[in-house]
Amino acid sequence: MTSPTVEHLDRGPLHMDELARLIARDIPTGSFVNLGIGQPTKIADHLTQEQGVVLHTENGMLGMGRKAEGDDIDPDLTNAGKVPVTETPGCSYFHHGDSFAMMRGGHLDVCVLGAFQVSATGDLANWHTGQPDDIPAVGGAMDLAIGAKDVYVMMTLFAKDGSAKLVDRCTMPLTGLACVSRVYTDVAVFDLGPDGVVVRQTFGITLDGLRDRLRSTGGHTVVLART
Amino acid sequence: MSRTRILDTSDEAVADIQDGATVLVGGFGLAGMPFDLLEALVRQGASDLTIVSNNAGNGEVGLAALLKARRVRKVICSFPRQSDSYVFDALYRAGQIELEVVPQGNLAERIRAAGAGIGAFYCPTGVGTPLAEGKETRTIEGRHYVLEHPISGDYSLISAHRADEMGNLVYRKTARNFGPIMASAATTTIVQVSDVVATGGIDPETVVTPSIYVDRIVRVEARHHIVGGAR
Repeated sequence: MTSPTVEHLDRGPLHMDELARLIARDIPTGSFVNLGIGQPTKIADHLTQEQGVVLHTENGMLGMGRKAEGDDIDPDLTNAGKVPVTETPGCSYFHHGDSFAMMRGGHLDVCVLGAFQVSATGDLANWHTGQPDDIPAVGGAMDLAIGAKDVYVMMTLFAKDGSAKLVDRCTMPLTGLACVSRVYTDVAVFDLGPDGVVVRQTFGITLDGLRDRLRSTGGHTVVLART
Repeated sequence: MSRTRILDTSDEAVADIQDGATVLVGGFGLAGMPFDLLEALVRQGASDLTIVSNNAGNGEVGLAALLKARRVRKVICSFPRQSDSYVFDALYRAGQIELEVVPQGNLAERIRAAGAGIGAFYCPTGVGTPLAEGKETRTIEGRHYVLEHPISGDYSLISAHRADEMGNLVYRKTARNFGPIMASAATTTIVQVSDVVATGGIDPETVVTPSIYVDRIVRVEARHHIVGGAR
């Protein structure tokens, strides 16, 4: 059962922390989850103990805990962003080959990644701007994009220059093909699937207003209401 | 007597690395980086090296020190650009170093394949992206794959927590990262550890890298650096 598209018109767009909280609430109980470097890392702050979510970090750990502070900092224990972190009870360590085997092998339930662009068919561009002076660096992005059962994107819907980031076809170098199943943005949440792009909810804008804004900013315009 | 040699100094351990060698270097950022072996390699002077590592150096220690000394012709890595990778960044922008970017899981699996005797493997990572251009592809049961080849080294330089005199290794936390797979993928594997115990001093059930993969061990004082971050 799905509920119709919800338009939240009594407020403006979501702040990134609010978006992180929204995503955290949607992650199913007991999931094994990888949170990408950058904004998705914030989702960990909003997961509850009752959810029993186990965090995977691709540098070789399941059961990653909070960021380490003060005396808890151990240089041998970091997350994928090289930030010192802590253990949780029941955590485990493994080498890089095993870490990506569990990812590629489809054992992770959810991965949340940032993005430069997402296409209506779920293509992801998030590793390289394509600018000549940008040093290419992919890390684990391509492995994560095709590995997890569900790949969520967390991003602002519009770039700093105003252009839409949900597009018909990505113009930036691709990370993965048809891999994104849901896009969480400050303005709206979208499901990508066989029915096309379906809007789950909007924030500070009507569905028609969202379509107008996507149309005027080069975005994907055929966004459907959920019924 | 064990075939694994336990040496007194890092300088002895890296003495025979020649110009033009391919060297696999363990570590993820600075966790698990073999600082002492890399510093000995700077002193030793081998140049024109190809380095295979996850990153391309942080600050001016470890791998970054080797780059700064201009000993590296090419870096094969997944994530060169970091907040403190300024040594690599400057060399790259000046056209003074080659870069091959490999998705992190492909880097790991290609290294693992080299150690495991796999000729090549079909992998779904990177299909349809610029990093798969020119590579052989195949569709198996409806899913698309790219053919990936092993990456082996003449030498592996890695860091582990403890060795026994046989050469069995255990690691510490996420500093394990590329150590076990790199140990298996080079002609000669050189390991720095902060502790060496007598043979039998490591519970066989907890050995992570068995001694067969380890050629040389040198004990060094544990030292740690924190990196600035990924971007």
